[in-house]
Amino acid sequence: MQTNTDENKLYGLIAEFDTPKELTVATKKAYESGYRTMEAYSPFPIHHLHEHLGIKKTRIPLAVLIGGITGTSTGLLMQYWSCVVNYPLNIGGRPYFSWPSFIPICFELTILFAAFAAFFGMLTANGFPRPYHPVFNAKNFERATKDGFFLCVAAEDKIFELEKTRSILKSFNPKEVSEVYP
Amino acid sequence: MANMQKTEKQEVIYEESILTGDQTHASVHKKITDIVLTRPLEKGWLFALSIALAGLLTLVISIGWLVKKGIGIWGNNNPVGWAFDIINFVWWVGIAHAGTFISAILLLLKQKWRMSISRFSEAMTLFAVACAGTFPIIHLGRIDRAYWLFPYPNTMWMWPQFRSPLLWDVFAVSTYATVSLLFWYTGLIPDLAAMRDQAKEPWKKRIYGALALGWRGSAHHWFRYETACLLLAGLAAPLVLSVHTVVSLDFAVSVLPGWHTTVFPPYFVAGAVFSGFAMVITLCVPIRKWFGIEDLITMKHLDNMAKVIIATGLIVAYGYFMEVFIAWYSGNQYERFLTMNRFVGPYAAFYWALILCNVVIPQLFWIKSVRQNLVWLWVISIVVNIGMWLERFVIIVISLHRDFMPSSWAMYIPKIWDITTFVGSLGLFFTLLILFIRVLPMISIFEVQTIVDSEKKHADKH
Repeated sequence: MQTNTDENKLYGLIAEFDTPKELTVATKKAYESGYRTMEAYSPFPIHHLHEHLGIKKTRIPLAVLIGGITGTSTGLLMQYWSCVVNYPLNIGGRPYFSWPSFIPICFELTILFAAFAAFFGMLTANGFPRPYHPVFNAKNFERATKDGFFLCVAAEDKIFELEKTRSILKSFNPKEVSEVYP
Repeated sequence: MANMQKTEKQEVIYEESILTGDQTHASVHKKITDIVLTRPLEKGWLFALSIALAGLLTLVISIGWLVKKGIGIWGNNNPVGWAFDIINFVWWVGIAHAGTFISAILLLLKQKWRMSISRFSEAMTLFAVACAGTFPIIHLGRIDRAYWLFPYPNTMWMWPQFRSPLLWDVFAVSTYATVSLLFWYTGLIPDLAAMRDQAKEPWKKRIYGALALGWRGSAHHWFRYETACLLLAGLAAPLVLSVHTVVSLDFAVSVLPGWHTTVFPPYFVAGAVFSGFAMVITLCVPIRKWFGIEDLITMKHLDNMAKVIIATGLIVAYGYFMEVFIAWYSGNQYERFLTMNRFVGPYAAFYWALILCNVVIPQLFWIKSVRQNLVWLWVISIVVNIGMWLERFVIIVISLHRDFMPSSWAMYIPKIWDITTFVGSLGLFFTLLILFIRVLPMISIFEVQTIVDSEKKHADKH
């Protein structure tokens, strides 16, 4: 069992809400109050919630673009090298570099590599796999994948002060505010 | 949460809705997770599984015998070198298409009704691709050399023929299988976390927890997740169109009458979606009843799928018509002969059964009461599945058995092992499917949760 001792440094304060609307409003207000190191948790995606946390963009689309270009080039180079350089077959005098017939494989490899980039890009950006995270210890947190909506302000936030932050979170009318220990 | 007023009027609106009953975030979650976590082991499910396993065993025995004796155990001959093996391959790949169509193309088109059926259909896609992939490999004759299909540096200093549609097919189908798996697993991650948090037993928590990769549902997660899903959908949409196009090129690039036509790619893709949606209906109708999820997969879903069947069925019918028209209009004697051979030749019964199953009977879906009747929906969906199998039989066997030179003509009659292999592939499909519905959430929990509120607003407005 985790207990509140000196060795267990506080991870943060978490507020639980019942609806996505309340969470969105609370996140917005907390951001306006100056909190930056915080995170909102919900069982399903909530439109524009990330914007209230100051998240602007992700590099996943760039990764996918690079993956796609890598796929196309791999397909083209592989076919060019094997059909023109390494193993040229003269079929009725047709050109060795018969690029129209290389299109399908270039296309498939573009999709394949881009899809790998999207998948692994998402995993890497999210830091998966990550079996343990302090927030899993938060009270009622199993509801975060069911019907609970949570806002957690981390203790390492610059303006975090336990009692002050607690009272600010309470002012958002949550169901409960509790401390999270790692 | 559940502060809505139930009125008579609302009940009427809900009939047209994609969620029925008084759904909340928690009720959707409970309904879907309970099927996996708390529902007891049922005799009916075990019985279905045992039949499917018997089918799977049939497949294993059939393949084992094939490996021992060779392709001669099948009815394939000269000139009918492709028969059940390729018919089944094309049939299964076609069925797979509905899952990707629902999860990728309908996602890009922002169709909310896809949410309840996407997970399930994607699983169907994977299992159908597994069945499809079996056939080209076992029909090679030398199964132990299947890896020759892939380009890899080897001591023979040889490369596959990159100009052949058959090799394009290897790339198309393997890419399709891989991307479908990635897309499906990506879609599962938040729901696996839901299973992890809901499961009581530690071993279940551990398995679902490991598969959920540490998902916490944070706004950061969701933002990157939705970006990745949208990109994957954008990639899977052209991919799914390319797969059956490439499959059709296996035929269209040859010079055989009945195969060598430009209408093949679009007509194959439409046929794939046609048969895939039929299979989704075939599976949905009993499953939603059995597991009591009629409120999540509603009549509206079945109605929409029936409409997709009409639309794609008409495209397929146009393909059949064009084949006949071009045979006449081209004036090519071989094309004309092929068409007459389809109409009145030894396999004419198959052709007319195909027209009946794919063109005539699906037109019943124009009638609303037919689309709202579960028995009709189920029967017609099976008829379409049979029709699409017959279509591939007509394309492959009728075209091959009488080619340019009468001296090389022959008849094709399937042998027992052709049939057991086909039945066995059904066993493989249903084994995977029956296990899936009790092990993983068959409806996307978080996606359906996102529409709970909007569906309620929709109902309140009226």
